[in-house]
Amino acid sequence: MEAQYSLIPLFILLLPMVGFLLNGIVLPLALKGFGRTSVGAAACASTIPLATAFVLGLVAFNQLEYSNLLIEPYQWLAIGELKINFSLKMDRLSGLLTLIITGIGTLIHLFSASYLATEKGIGRYYTYLSLFCFSMLLLVLGNELPLLFFGWEGVGLCSYLLIGFWYTDTEKANAGKKAFITNRVGDLGFLVGAFLIYKMVGSFNFDVMTAAFADWSSTGNFDVFLVTATCLALFVGATGKSAQIPLYIWLPDAMSGPTPVSALIHAATMVTAGVYMIARLNGLFELAPTALTVIAYVGAFTALFAGTIAIAQKDIKKVLAYSTVSQLGFMFMATGVGAYQTAVFHLMTHAFFKALLFLGSGSVIHACHHEQDMTKMGGLKKYLPHTHFTMLIGSLAISGIPFFSGFFSKDEILYSSIALPGGQVFVFIMGVLTAALTALYTGRMMSMTFYGNERLDHHTKEHLHESPGLMLFPLYTLAALAAIGGLFGVPHLLGDFLGHLPHLLSQWLSPVIPIRELPLVAVKLPLHEGVVMAGSSIIAILCFTLGIVLFKNKQTMTQRSASFAPIEKILANKYYIDEMYQLLILNPLAKSAKVCAEVIDRLGIDGAVNGVGSGARRMSQQLKVLQNGDVQTAALWMIAGTALAVVGIIVLTLI
Amino acid sequence: MMSQAHLPQVLALFLFVVGMLIVLLRRNTIVLLMGIELMLNAANLSLVAFARASGQLDGQVMVFFVITIAAAESAVGLSILVNLYRNFGSINTDQAKTLQG
Repeated sequence: MEAQYSLIPLFILLLPMVGFLLNGIVLPLALKGFGRTSVGAAACASTIPLATAFVLGLVAFNQLEYSNLLIEPYQWLAIGELKINFSLKMDRLSGLLTLIITGIGTLIHLFSASYLATEKGIGRYYTYLSLFCFSMLLLVLGNELPLLFFGWEGVGLCSYLLIGFWYTDTEKANAGKKAFITNRVGDLGFLVGAFLIYKMVGSFNFDVMTAAFADWSSTGNFDVFLVTATCLALFVGATGKSAQIPLYIWLPDAMSGPTPVSALIHAATMVTAGVYMIARLNGLFELAPTALTVIAYVGAFTALFAGTIAIAQKDIKKVLAYSTVSQLGFMFMATGVGAYQTAVFHLMTHAFFKALLFLGSGSVIHACHHEQDMTKMGGLKKYLPHTHFTMLIGSLAISGIPFFSGFFSKDEILYSSIALPGGQVFVFIMGVLTAALTALYTGRMMSMTFYGNERLDHHTKEHLHESPGLMLFPLYTLAALAAIGGLFGVPHLLGDFLGHLPHLLSQWLSPVIPIRELPLVAVKLPLHEGVVMAGSSIIAILCFTLGIVLFKNKQTMTQRSASFAPIEKILANKYYIDEMYQLLILNPLAKSAKVCAEVIDRLGIDGAVNGVGSGARRMSQQLKVLQNGDVQTAALWMIAGTALAVVGIIVLTLI
Repeated sequence: MMSQAHLPQVLALFLFVVGMLIVLLRRNTIVLLMGIELMLNAANLSLVAFARASGQLDGQVMVFFVITIAAAESAVGLSILVNLYRNFGSINTDQAKTLQG
């Protein structure tokens, strides 16, 4: 596809920067101090630029039909042969992501203005949020791998800052650190992958890369081992940013940040960066089937694993956090079987319904006086009708109830995992189980929050109130998207049935990600597409209902039957993975650090440094008697020395 | 068997050793300077004697330089001596031992 020179990507990128500068520098200077910005001023300064960026994104989106938009304002780096332009490119994939980021971002900016209205550091909050949007846009618009990495690190930084937004609370500050440090581990993998790509391709430019991958694919002239290693290294980076096993542990803790942050960063945008990166480099991953299989299994296993944990959590945000991990696992499962456009499709629908669910939970938490424990909620439907309605739509969407957005994307992933050549039956089975679990825990969450008897304490109940319009507007907008978002990707079977509805999304993405036709009967398992679709719908409806019925008035499985107690305990404690990491990684690290500090540093390094000093001192103590200040003694030494030298010379010449 | 040419050398050695012993053993700085002069002149004697024995002028020229420099050295030495007296109230070496470890 031809690239057309355009300023729009640059403007879209820089607009959030304007918000950042306004909130971070201009307003504090004008008001003579940080923390004095009013909610209205801070929200306007960040939201208006972002909303403008969204409008620009829409304008650009129309042009993407004909050509990509490219701008290279200047050369960013030049190191010997390596030249990196500050190159921004908006193609159909990054255009879609741009719309998601700016669109959902704007909604969440609006929601925050009401949610955090009484917060003192609101200026700081919006500063970080704008910086986040800038970094995320750089991540998707950057046409050079180092630019993507710049954005990748930038969103990590903002995630850290926002998780620790209430930094006076040690636990929250620690959660921020955990996120940052866990991501560092992944970033190492990403860097290794990036360097390997440079070694193979000789350029960081995505256009050059794509051409090279296509060339390798047709000629078969490439090093399979190196390509596989590159893909796995990049995937390690993706596991960090997108919270997959084994680096998922930071995401549930990240929920200690403000809820709108969880919605924007830890559900809709940042955590999907890994999926975006793999979709962007799909040409490379296609060359490494082994790496893809690993990705598919890791994704499927993460999805199942996180789904089981979600079912025993009491904190409403923790349920959603594990649900996010699980859904991200679904996306990786899709990339792993080669269905990149399906992964992007699920990324999009997930952004809609998960942002909705998070904002809905924010609305609930806001109403309940910052109570997050679902065992202390119940029966809120009566008090929060709008929140209930929108969250119900989100829940139906994530559970995969037919004709809501999640149904289309999830079903496509499940079917792809047996219908594509890269599919795996085992992955499919794990996917189906996860889909069932998803419906179950979502039903449970709805049941515990909105239905059943009221378990609120008296004080909270007095203050119970439906959220203001500024919070409801984003909820309803997202609810509409979550309801109909799936129509962008109607599967063939239904599309033909409903009168030739095309799969809009995969056609749209076809210049970036080649379309793969799914056969009507799967390759790996002899199942018709309709059977899978009907089966998963039935499972979803059954499990969702089951979740609602089972957990109505009984908040735990143990209350149903005592035999669930041990299982529930393990699940509620998240399989003790955090404790295991503590035991296997952190404690040995701390111990070896202690050894380094107390033995190697104190005795070895300090000993050497101090030893030089004290040794010189002790020696001079011994030698100073020689210098008694008497001229004649000095002369005697001189003469003795000269005599010795003369004798030495004579002896040496005689020998 | 000592030839005639050796005699001045023996004398020079004797003078040098006497000068050296003066420098090492006497406390009075003026005497010390005299000892140094003695050593220098012992060397001069040796040089002149060798020059004569070999029939070349080099040694004598060298002695010329040594004498002039010895004069300058005495001047410097004596001025140090004056300062020594001003600071320590004595010109004996055992009084000026402050430069010690």
